Order: sequence, then C-alpha cells, then structure tokens
Amino acid sequence: MPMISYDGQSYDCAGQTVLECLTANGIQIPSSCRSGICQSCMMRLIKGQVPEKAKSGLKQTFVEQNYFLACSCTPEVDIEIVLPESGVGVLAAQVSAVEYLAEDILGVWLKPSQPFIYRAGQFIRYFKDDKNFRCYSLASVPALNEDLFLNIRRVEGGLVSSWLFENTAPGTTVTISDAAGDCFYAPGKPDQNILLLATGSGLAPLYGIIRDALNRRHTGQLRLYHGSNFKSGFYLVSALRELEAAHSNFHYVPCLSEEEGGEGISSGTVLDVALKENPDLSGWRIFLCGNPDMVNAAKKETFFSGASLNDIHADPF
Amino acid sequence: MSLFSEIGGEAAVNAAVDIFYRKVLKDERINRFFEGVDMVKQASKQKAFLTMAFGGPHNYTGEDMRRGHAHLVAQGLNDSHFDAVMENLGATLKELNVPDHLIAQAAAVAESTRNDVLGK
Repeated sequence: MPMISYDGQSYDCAGQTVLECLTANGIQIPSSCRSGICQSCMMRLIKGQVPEKAKSGLKQTFVEQNYFLACSCTPEVDIEIVLPESGVGVLAAQVSAVEYLAEDILGVWLKPSQPFIYRAGQFIRYFKDDKNFRCYSLASVPALNEDLFLNIRRVEGGLVSSWLFENTAPGTTVTISDAAGDCFYAPGKPDQNILLLATGSGLAPLYGIIRDALNRRHTGQLRLYHGSNFKSGFYLVSALRELEAAHSNFHYVPCLSEEEGGEGISSGTVLDVALKENPDLSGWRIFLCGNPDMVNAAKKETFFSGASLNDIHADPF
Repeated sequence: MSLFSEIGGEAAVNAAVDIFYRKVLKDERINRFFEGVDMVKQASKQKAFLTMAFGGPHNYTGEDMRRGHAHLVAQGLNDSHFDAVMENLGATLKELNVPDHLIAQAAAVAESTRNDVLGK
C-alpha cells in the first residue's frame, strides 16, 4: 500500500484519502467540506505524485507549486507532503554584480551554488546571519537570466537592508532560501488581460512577471502602473520603455503621487490612475506588489471592479 | 435530486463566490466585520459556507460555528447582521437565476445555523 510521509512519520494510507489517513492517525489538518470544493485542506507535495483529481479547481499558481487537496487525494504511489506554509531549504549563493538602480534601491545579481528552480516574481529569504533575514522578490526570469536579480530597498534603520547596502560586493558569498510564493505568471490563458500595480521595489517581481509573460508569448494586455512619491523613485525606466517599444501589448505608466507629473508620467496614486484608465476589470488577472496599504486597498478595489478573487495575486512588503 | 445538484453543484459555488463576497464587502451594515481579514484567504471560507447553504457536503458542527464566530459576537454581531448576510445570499442566487423554490431551500439551510453563529 502507498505510504504517506508527513512531519517525519510514515503512514500506510490503505486506500484512504490523505485527509482520512492523517485524521485517523490523530493529525489535525484544516478541513471543511471534504469534497474538494472549499479548498480548506490544501497541502503541498514534496515527493511522489498525486492523482489529477486532487488538483481539480485549484488556482493555476497553486497547481504549479504542487499543491493539492488532501480530501480528494487517494495516493497511488508513496508521497511526501507538508502543510502549505511549511519551511523551505537554504543554500549558498555568490554575488556576481551590484548596481544602484535608484538612490535607495540596490540591484543585486546572485549566482546560486546549486541548480535553483523558481518562477519570476517568487521571493527568497536573504540571510544576514542565522537569525535575521528578509524576503526579496526575484526580478529575473529563469529562461532569460543566468543569475538571480533582486531589487533591495534601503529601509531607514532596517537591520538587514542597511547591512546589505554596506556589505554586498561582487564575490561575496551569501545564504539564501529556496523560492516560494504564488505571485508569478502561470501560462494557460495567453489572451487574458493583466493589470500590474507596484509601489517602490514592488516593481521587482512585476518586472520578472512581465518579461516571463512576454517570453511565453502572452498576447493579452499587460498594463504596468508603478507608483512613487518622487520622480527619483522610478527605476528600470529605460528597460521598461524598451520593452514597451518591442511589445505593443505592454504599457508602462509611472505614477507620481506627490509631485507634478511631467511628460510620460501620470499624476495620482498608482491605484487611482490604474482604476481610472481600466474601470472594468471583469476577466482580468491582477498582480499587486509593494506597500501593504496600497496592496490591501487594491485587492478590494480591483475585486469590486470585476476581477475574480481567483485572479488576484498579491505580495505586500 | 438533491438541492446541491439542482442548484448546480460545484460550478454554482464557483459562480456565486465572487458575487456573494462582493455584496458582503460592499454592505455597510456588515463589512466592518471583515476589516483586516485577508480577502483571498477568506475566499475558501466563503466557498465552504456557500457549499453548505447550497445543500452540499460539509463537516461543520454547531460547535465549530460557535467557535468560529465568537470573536465577532464579542464585537457586536447580532440578528440584524445575520439578516444582512441572508439578504446577500438571496440576492446572489437571484442574480444567478436560481429558481425561487431553490433559493428558499438554500435560505432555510443557512438559517439553521443562526443560533450557533450568534452564540445563542
């Protein structure tokens, strides 16, 4: 009989579902409908395979990260599973290049010491020491970039970012984690329109996602709104303008909230400008990254403007 | 035929969840109870509720309902708020062109949780 490995123990599933087996062994997993509908019992596969039925109805970004529903999964082979939020591995990486992207944003290129699987837009942990780390999003694209690309914003009094600004030089060896998170481009609906909103270094994951989508021949609209309080906060501008010139379905709109706009720059907060230009978001896919207040307000407003909850991907930081 | 399959099963739940949750979050009478709640995470709870109301499978006990809403009762959740949710549920099903007699059955299922939800 197939065995289920979970939290260091093995259980004979004996024809039961994963949820039934774990419950029978006294392990509590969040669950409700037990029929594959409510998705409360989502878990993640680490080793082995689960039947297609166990992934039915899940968001595409979850399927691609090997999530499945414990209640609808009767394993046919041995599997190893974890709860969705459980930890990820760490590895060494070498800094290959460093450049200032803006006054307070450092671009860091990293070469991982071992094969590294990730999706543009996911995040990694970057460790200062054993106890302290911060999460940074991946602006690089596996198919286009050999190294990992991070955009690190200097946080006033920030323990890890201050250390990073002062101690990151080519050749330095650092510790990072595997990539995680569900803020990335899932192929499958190439003609779906996509709205992307960022403030500050929230641009990083979106810069990755946009280039990933274009590289995978996305044909729907890709509309990026990048918000900043000051003109000096816009970065990667020439790279984005070049992408815009090369792809008629990509639009880049910098939004200034505290100064007058000027040519090519819209006045207003990123959310106000984006909603004004795209009032009906029915059927759109949405990506929201950056300031938590903006992200939370935008989740609600884009949902009210017609986007489905399943299509809203957010990463506040 | 069961209420759940007559209403349209899983597809009906998926169609209803956005419409229902949008109504709830826009409803000034009750949206304060959802402030600070992660909307995307909350979606699975909304789906579980709709599945149950549509006569579908669920494993809620009265005790779960009491525990899950106790912090809201402490914030003042009462019959008027429960009524508002019922109204939003009915309006959602109407919008999806579910026939009146099925709406009435779904409402009766949801209504049966009232005392547990309100901790009475």
